[in-house]
Formats: sequence, structure tokens, C-alpha cells
Amino acid sequence: MKALLVFEYRRGKLTEGNSELIDFAAGLCAQCAGVLIGEESALPAFEGKLYLGDIAVCKEYGPELHADIILQAAQKENPDYIIFTHAPYGWDLAPRVAAKLKAAQISEITGLSDGKFEVGCCSGKMRRLVRPATPRAVLTLQEGAFPFTGKAGGTPEVEKLVPTGTGSGPELAGFKEAEKHGLDLSGAEVIVSAGRGVGKKDNIPVIAELAAALKGEMGASRPVVDAGWLEHTRQVGATGQVVSPKLYVACGISGAIQHLSGMRNSEFIVAINKDKEAPISEIADVMVITDLMPFVAALTAQLKKI
Amino acid sequence: MKILVCAKQIPDLASKLGPDTANLWLDETDLPFQINEYDEYAVEEAVKLKEQRGAEPTELTVLSVGPPRVLEMLKKALAMGCDRGVHIEDDESSTKDPWQIASLIAAYAEKENFDIIFTGMQSQDRGSAQVGPTLAEALGYACATTVIAFGLEGGVITAERELEGGARSVVKLKPPAVITCELGLNTPRYPTLPNIMKARKKPIAVLKSAELGVESPRLITEKFYAPVRKGGGLVLEGEAAGLAGKVIEILKERTTVLRG
Repeated sequence: MKALLVFEYRRGKLTEGNSELIDFAAGLCAQCAGVLIGEESALPAFEGKLYLGDIAVCKEYGPELHADIILQAAQKENPDYIIFTHAPYGWDLAPRVAAKLKAAQISEITGLSDGKFEVGCCSGKMRRLVRPATPRAVLTLQEGAFPFTGKAGGTPEVEKLVPTGTGSGPELAGFKEAEKHGLDLSGAEVIVSAGRGVGKKDNIPVIAELAAALKGEMGASRPVVDAGWLEHTRQVGATGQVVSPKLYVACGISGAIQHLSGMRNSEFIVAINKDKEAPISEIADVMVITDLMPFVAALTAQLKKI
Repeated sequence: MKILVCAKQIPDLASKLGPDTANLWLDETDLPFQINEYDEYAVEEAVKLKEQRGAEPTELTVLSVGPPRVLEMLKKALAMGCDRGVHIEDDESSTKDPWQIASLIAAYAEKENFDIIFTGMQSQDRGSAQVGPTLAEALGYACATTVIAFGLEGGVITAERELEGGARSVVKLKPPAVITCELGLNTPRYPTLPNIMKARKKPIAVLKSAELGVESPRLITEKFYAPVRKGGGLVLEGEAAGLAGKVIEILKERTTVLRG
């Protein structure tokens, strides 16, 4: 079995998900080759062939030219699997590569079972076991789903590739930095976060009062920030801040993977939710199943008496 | 200009979920359905673009693949400001893979020559994030994914793509193009009562998926199930005041945050 790993390089560095790809391929017992649009000064550490497209020519974002290089590498290696991380780079490129190869794409892989793939669905509440109906498949790997062993190492053998086409389509015009975090949640000992279950903006001050009673900071899940109920600087998760307080109180947060990846290392997690099966129950130390707002008000009132 | 927005109707995922008798997808009995949230942003962005174009001729079509229940969602999109609806009727859409769904939409769209196609970056129930770019490939359109800001000026689309950590890349592309929308791209409007009334008169064309041609699947689902629960966390149920007292006891015992 052969795997072609698609590494990602952004703004002068390899991105973090790259080593997980190498570990996942080891789990598949696949022989590995890699492909990277990047620079020779920063190569992923593994033993095997690495096809390198020049970033000065292909640019950091340019789906046509990136797909061009990946397809050339696939032609040379004839892999069973072409593997991306399930993240913006993979979301953008994997379907294009799969379409060009007329191959199945399996998204958001969370596990392996007997040559079949387990994928997440229904906001993390359910799983599907799927297999490709095509001779080869494009896979995107859920980040953090497979243990990172850190065992991979070595120096790949580089073969340079030049794009065959000129590349029309979207062109990169620049980057915008993340909003400067006026507020650093990473040092907070207690974080009380509001999620969609809070119901409306008018309820935010009630959550803020609980945060104050616990002498903590207030955080938020993405839907609350998107709705404009709280500022982005308070967002916890993959597109916000990564936190590990002594106590994390999740108020009406179901626990999308993006949110969990930002707070799963909290020392103690209390989640208040109406849905006993919400994905946050997987990592919560205490799951309180009740109506959120009356409970938060009662908890705040009792804390103030201590 | 012709604009298409593709929307999916999905079950309310906060409901109790379980597999159907074949163990291949959800048992849909008693599940409430609603518009996929990502697609709601796509509809809003398409309506905004039409409004911005003012007197310039613009036709905005909303399309959905699914069983007859999706008509309700198409009516909502029409009440938000789309001009006409297209329902690709398919009672078995939930068994189809992203390639098959994208091919159905492409079979319809290739005859229509849309300039811009908006859709959600992914659906909340399947989450494959494949249909948009696969549709673009089938039509030979340019495509920008995970778009969190969108503008069209002088025939050039400028889109901001959301990356990890809240950073964005700015990309430029020319129509015809597919744009896949991220959460937070805009603030979807609530349809007003007069617009709901007006929408009743807007046309919805119904096509059968078999007429468009169904491709063979590239992906086979073997099983659908709830994950094994690893979390051995304590579950508390009851009325608010009593639960609050219990939680305080637990915090005193197992954390240091209530000390001093």
C-alpha cells in the first residue's frame, strides 16, 4: 500500500498538521512519499521521496498550480491514498484533486477499522464507516484524531517538480493577520464561556455575572461571536484562543471539534447543556443537564454567599 | 448577471439522534429540519450581491437537492430575497455521496451559465466540505473556499479565506466562480411577513434527479452509529437550585478555584 502525503507550507514554515500525516500513514502501514509546495530550507522529517514544487513559482495559494504539482507526484507514485489534513488547505485542494483523478474523497477521518475509515458527522454526535468505491482515494484527516507519536524522523529524498500549466483561477493577493488579542485568555485560571444555548444577547450579562462570581474571564464559542454577542477576542477554539484554565465552564456549548480543540486541556470542565449527548460530554468532568439560564442564575447567587 | 445559491436542508442536530433500521443514516422520524447554517450565509450573501447591483439586471436562483420537505426551506430562501427556486427532487439524497450531489447540480447548472454560484463551505450533518469545489471542477469554474468576506468590483471577485488562528488570505478571482461560505460572512436576515407573502408567488421548478442523470457513487457507507463514549464524566440532572449546590460541592472538592 502506498500513500502520498500532501504537506502544507505557509508564510515560511511547515504547518503543524504535517507530522500527524506521517504518523497516520505509519498507522496504515503504507509506504510513504510526500509532496510539498515550499522551500528546501524547511522539509518535513521522514524517510522517503519528497516531490517539491517551488513556492516562488506556485505561490503559497494557487489551487491550479498546487493541484498540478500534486497530480504530477501522484502520477509518478501511483498511490492508493493521497492524504491531506482536514483544514483550510485540504478543504480547498482535496476535492479538486479527487475530481481530477475521478477518485473518492473521504473527509474528516477520525479512525481506521479493518481497512475502512471512520468519519465524523452530525456535529461530532455520530460516526459513519465508509470505504472508497474507486481504486484510489483522497483522504482528509481530522486533526488531533490520531495520537501524535513524534517518532517520525529522517531526511526525505527531494525531487523537484515544475508546473506544466500556467495556472488561471484564484490568485493570492495577500494575508490579513488575526485580530490582535487585546485580551489574553491563556493565563486565566477560570473561564466561563457562552455558547449558542445562551439563546440571545440579552442573556450574556447573566453569564458574565457567573464569570465574575468565579473571579474568571468570559469566553465564547464561535456562533456567539459570529452573532455579534461577544467580541472575537473572547473566542475559544481553532480560530480563536487556545486555553487551559483550572476551571472551564461551558454554558450552552455543544462542543464542535473546533471549540474542543481550543479548550480540551482545561484541568476541570463543567458543561451545562440540555442535550446529554452533546459532543462536549466526551470531555466534560461534570455534565449538568438542565435549563441553562435558571441554573446559571442559581449558581451565581449561591457562589456570592460563599 | 445570473447567480445561483445551493442550499441543503438538515436535521436539527441538537435533537436526539439515532440510526435508521438499515444503520446507514439518521432515523428522520420526528426530526425537525432547517436550512444548513453555512448555506444560510450563502443565501444572504447572494441576496446582498443582488441588492448591491441595484438596477443592473440580476436573477437569483436558489437550488436544493432532496425530498419534498426541502420546499419549505426553498420558500424561506425566496422570502429572504431569491427570485426563483429549483428543487431537484430526490427521496434518496441522504444516501448519495458528495460527488453524486455535485454532479446533479452541475447537470442542471451547466445549461444555465451562472456567473456566480454561492454555497455553504460544508453541511453541518455530513461535513464533507466537498460539494462546492467538486461542482466548480465539474463546471470548469474558478472556486474560492471558506470565504469570510466577499466583494465584486470591476468584474473581479475579492474574497477573504479564513485560515487557522483567525488569520485570512485575500484572493482574487474572476467569474464564473463558485464561492463557499464560512460562518460569520454576514448577518443572515429574517424574512419579513410581507416578503413571506411575496415569496408565495415566486416560481419553484421541480426536476427529478433521474432526469438529470445520477452518477455511480465513489463512496460506500457501510455503517452509521453513535461513537463509543469515552467520557466517564459525572452527569447531573434535576432542578436548578439543587444542581447549583451540588456543582459548588464538586468544585470545592476537585478544584482549587473556590479557595481563598
